[in-house]
Amino acid sequence: MKFAVLRFPGSCDEVDALMACRRFGAADLIWHGDRDLGGPDAVVVPGGFSYGDYLRAGAIARFSPAMEAVSEFALAGGPVLGICNGFQVLCEAGLLPGALLPNVSLRFICRQVDVEVANSDTPFTRACAKGDRLSIPVKHTTGRYYAPGAALDELEARGQVVLRYGTGQNPNGSSRDIAGVCNAQKNVMGLMPHPEHAVDRLTGSDDGGRLFASIAAHVEQLVPA
Amino acid sequence: MLIRPKEGILDPQGQAVERALPALGFDGVSGVHVGRLVELDVEDPSRLPEMCERLLANPLIEDYEVLVVEPAGAAGPGS
Repeated sequence: MKFAVLRFPGSCDEVDALMACRRFGAADLIWHGDRDLGGPDAVVVPGGFSYGDYLRAGAIARFSPAMEAVSEFALAGGPVLGICNGFQVLCEAGLLPGALLPNVSLRFICRQVDVEVANSDTPFTRACAKGDRLSIPVKHTTGRYYAPGAALDELEARGQVVLRYGTGQNPNGSSRDIAGVCNAQKNVMGLMPHPEHAVDRLTGSDDGGRLFASIAAHVEQLVPA
Repeated sequence: MLIRPKEGILDPQGQAVERALPALGFDGVSGVHVGRLVELDVEDPSRLPEMCERLLANPLIEDYEVLVVEPAGAAGPGS
């Protein structure tokens, strides 16, 4: 299987994302100006500060040619994972519900957190069990997940809340401790923690690898051997 | 365009400013919200709300207000 990892001006986690993907399949970097994603099986929109986070985080990146292609890929059912700034971009693009607001503390936060798998029946968490705890770092200033109350109820009812911060570990004031959500079709997911920084025990945890492993397993199941 | 956090959404920036003002002796201040101002020259102001809806504001989390200022005489805006 093949991943496409986007690179915007201002991305900074795309190489870690690429290396994480390559543990589970092939992976190419795609420049934001490219309309052609190269026929991937899955797309990763990485973290960083695309277009300098001008206006609002993710607001400008959504208009790039590569993101137009990602929207088409997502609408056709292709799996798309947005990490941190990638999550912000997918929300701004309307591919995911809600928005990311500045942390309640107004501070940049960089720390290891436990996130709990709230739904393991998605292409991104199928290698996990519901209730599993993953140790993954967060590092962001604009990570407070927000959606209106009624929308949050709907997300929960439809199983679109995929990951939650462990009890007492919500680092940013996110509504209902939400760390990651997916769309109603469950083929687009965004999360603020960085699974690509947690794929090797050498750096503290390899729990993040389970998200990439899940995507690879999902894709391989779609393609009969 | 004046863009500000929607009412009811926690605005920690506004709260921080509200706490800082009394420390400087400015008492009796409440309801502080921090937003942003986007200034531009445009030929057709009727499209400004659409610009806000689609790019300048995120309607899920922000309210916007459009203020149109006609240029003052031949000198043009900014003079």
